[in-house]
Amino acid sequence: MNISELFQRGEFVVSAEVGPPKGTNIDHLVEEAKTYLTGVTAVNVTDNQSSVMRLGSLATCKVLKDEGLTPIYQLTCRDRNRIALQSDLLSAAMLGIENLLLLTGDHTKMGDHPQAKPVFDLDSVSLIHTVKLLESGRDLGGNELVGEPPKFAKGAVVSPCSDSVDAQLAKMERKVMAGADYFQTQAVYEPEKFIKFMEKAKQFGKPVQLGIVIPKSVGMARFMNANVAGVHVPDSMIEELKADKEKTKAGITGIEIAARIIKECKPYCQGVHIMALGWESKIPDLLKLAEI
Amino acid sequence: MLITQLKSKETIVSLVDGKKVFIINCQGCKEVHFPEKEAAEFQKELAEDGNVTGIITTDYICNPENMKLRLEKHMSAIEAADVVLVFSCGVGVQTIAEYLEDKKVCAACDTYPLPGFQGVTPLEYDCDQCGECYLNITGGICPITACSKSLVNGPCGGTKNGKCEVDGDMECGWERIYRRLAQLGRQDALKCPVQIRNFATDDEVKNL
Repeated sequence: MNISELFQRGEFVVSAEVGPPKGTNIDHLVEEAKTYLTGVTAVNVTDNQSSVMRLGSLATCKVLKDEGLTPIYQLTCRDRNRIALQSDLLSAAMLGIENLLLLTGDHTKMGDHPQAKPVFDLDSVSLIHTVKLLESGRDLGGNELVGEPPKFAKGAVVSPCSDSVDAQLAKMERKVMAGADYFQTQAVYEPEKFIKFMEKAKQFGKPVQLGIVIPKSVGMARFMNANVAGVHVPDSMIEELKADKEKTKAGITGIEIAARIIKECKPYCQGVHIMALGWESKIPDLLKLAEI
Repeated sequence: MLITQLKSKETIVSLVDGKKVFIINCQGCKEVHFPEKEAAEFQKELAEDGNVTGIITTDYICNPENMKLRLEKHMSAIEAADVVLVFSCGVGVQTIAEYLEDKKVCAACDTYPLPGFQGVTPLEYDCDQCGECYLNITGGICPITACSKSLVNGPCGGTKNGKCEVDGDMECGWERIYRRLAQLGRQDALKCPVQIRNFATDDEVKNL
């Protein structure tokens, strides 16, 4: 299923993210996806997330597709040059993967192989441009493809609560110009900032999915505030999480907060993208609470 | 050693198109090859329509103190210009762009490396000698050296409090670029076509 068509029909598109394991056994991931993600429309599969080497996104996408789910193939520019990226895109099309999320990628220094060569031959914008070119039947070298060209829903990311939101909007505009069909955002904890951002972003006329990371604990919130770009958990939310000390209740407050953010932002966006980071089992409750 | 080559005439003309222009040539350190003749011929053509407010030829404009002294007596001609067009290596353009912060400063040359000698370049203004100078769309701040990922289409999402995800002491190069463009009212520079780097080192392939 090409999720662009859903956006075009005006559907509120819910997606969730899974991260492949560092190893070859994928049973647990598939089991969780089949148990908890049946209520979402599409499942993002990360590409060596945080520059940590793992099982490949494309292979995982294929397995999820065979299990009846709709995968979104995340592809970054960190590890592959333009030849490898285009080749993987053709492979994806051949395997029936229809949805992409195209990113620049974290720097190699952020991950578990800091000695690796950071590639960045292309970046998110030129990668979107490249996909668009492939869809027209040509590669980046100007050569003609043989047979039917691929067709994808070309997703991109944007960081609406970044401290340099104008620079983010300028980059978003470049992605739209290059051919992006839809956007997923970095985690949002400040609905007012997101709504302001959407007022400016709606000029581009592209669907935007609100990014949600369920705040699991005070420690996680503080970690994100210190380390994660474009993410700020307000003090009031940290206080709420702090009040939820009882172990039996652990997590419920985080889900309540996430549901509240979704409800508040829903009128301003075209979908929601949930990054559960191991809490996939809580997604059905979250969707219920958010009334989606 | 560096080699500077003129950008194509069309590119340079599109930068100055009908505007008042002040021209700075840096014939540089001895180690830099500078296309003196071609530059002089081209500048003569440009001056014919009466829009050139001044031309100076100097050396070592990469040295900020030296550069300020050299520009001092030409400031009124520089003020009168809409664009300062610099014929130098990438370091020279960046030094001038930083000094004339309210002025549109453009690079008329691309800078290539010649193996064996690095040239005399102050560290704070890095030029990677990429051979496809981006300074004209980035307000005179080099995205190749100022961005950890050398991105040429805008910032990644890895900026935290204005700092780079790779090095907390390093300011995000693209935030600097965006600020500079906003200061100059040139945000439209980022509406240029998608930029794709050309890593070919073979002259024939590079100029395809």
